[in-house]
Amino acid sequence: MSVVLELRNVHRTHGVGAAAVHALRGVSLAVRAGELVAVMGPSGSGKSTLLALAGGLDRPTGGDVLVEGEPLGVLGARELARLRRRRIGYVFQDLNLLGSLTAVENVALPLELDGVGLRAARRAALAALDEVGVAGLGDRFPDQMSGGQQQRVAIARALVGERRLVLADEPTGALDSQTGEAVLQLLRRRVDAGAAGVLVTHEARHAGWADRVVFLRDGDLVDSTAPLIGVEQLLSGSGR
Amino acid sequence: MSIRHGLLALLERGQMYGYQLRAAFEESTGSTWPLNIGQVYTTLARLERDGLVRSLPESEAGQRPYEITDAGRADLTLWFATPISRADRPRDELSIKLALALTTPGVDVRAVVQTQRSATMRALQELTRLKYASDKPEDLPWRLVLDAMLFQAEAEVRWLDHCETSLVRYRPAPGRPTGHPEAVDRTDEAARR
Ligand SMILES: Nc1ncnc2c1ncn2[C@@H]1O[C@H](COP(=O)(O)OP(=O)(O)OP(=O)(O)O)[C@@H](O)[C@H]1O
Ligand SMILES: [Mg+2]
Repeated sequence: MSVVLELRNVHRTHGVGAAAVHALRGVSLAVRAGELVAVMGPSGSGKSTLLALAGGLDRPTGGDVLVEGEPLGVLGARELARLRRRRIGYVFQDLNLLGSLTAVENVALPLELDGVGLRAARRAALAALDEVGVAGLGDRFPDQMSGGQQQRVAIARALVGERRLVLADEPTGALDSQTGEAVLQLLRRRVDAGAAGVLVTHEARHAGWADRVVFLRDGDLVDSTAPLIGVEQLLSGSGR
Repeated sequence: MSIRHGLLALLERGQMYGYQLRAAFEESTGSTWPLNIGQVYTTLARLERDGLVRSLPESEAGQRPYEITDAGRADLTLWFATPISRADRPRDELSIKLALALTTPGVDVRAVVQTQRSATMRALQELTRLKYASDKPEDLPWRLVLDAMLFQAEAEVRWLDHCETSLVRYRPAPGRPTGHPEAVDRTDEAARR
């Protein structure tokens, strides 16, 4: 399968000199189509930084970030914004729904900004809301929905259109375990359908949905789970 | 795991012979505890000795079915009614290992923690995949077994995270007074990182 996201020896330093904070210190990571990678690590280890760089929301101070082979470093602000709208779905830790827009308008927005006609954008948005199980809430404003419902709308917005790369930062934040589970199932389904996904999470249970789990510590990738093995080996190797 | 009580529970459904018991056992636990046929027969022999099951005449195909006795039924009821004692579970090798790692010179405890965390996370990934794949209503018993294993793995990862956070503050200082200036400096250094 093709590599959708690639980080090559990426550094991100905030500030200079003695006050410099090395949020990432030379991280390399490749995520393929059909692969979901979970990023775990203590608070402050650089998880959100990594995701922001992967999504083109922040620029590295060293190294390269490539999306579908295209280095983001050479793109101007407009091109980068377009690439983000078209190819990257981003679920923020704090949702980021626009309060003055209804659910369906929130989801349709990236498509409209991208020049898709109003009606087609609305249709796609409704389909995305349906996919996350809140088809009936299209005309509600964010403050008329529960936290879990808003979360689903945020996911719908990240999944709408043909996004090839889905990035999620603690997408299950304030959700109960059932709803959190449902959100991960959606993410998993989209990845199984051919997208590449990166999931930042504190919860081992949620990282369990990934094909690979990588561990960050003080800005370094220190470890990664081995490729998955067969059921038989797992069962004979543990739990007896 | 009590194979004895597992077999009794299966015989409560009706008479069965060895191979049927093995298949039914594995089916009801989603193959989580594969049994070999030898274990089944030794267990049946002990159950019969203790009067909890009774063997019936061989069939024409040469298979000998077993049935549960009243004493067996009483034993089974008691088993379901009694909580499993923590003392009956195997010693927790992992916590013992970490405790020893901390006090053994030259052991990189953080590495021990990370190695275990990766392995446990991988098991968690496998279990999640299995659970995701078994979504039929009749898979429920099996899903509950998976859930138990998932919760245990999750708890272990949490505990390992906790160990790692504690390690950042841990200062093995044999013979060194805690208020030693150098020790204080190091604490600051660790806190900054
Ligand atoms: N704009 C900034 N200026 C200075 N330092 C920053 C800035 N943004 C992040 N950092 C630092 O970079 C490091 C990594 O931050 P990051 O947000 O990536 O951590 P995280 O792993 O996502 O943590 P959490 O689990 O708490 O969300 C932290 O030490 C943080 O204080
Ligand atoms: Mg973060």
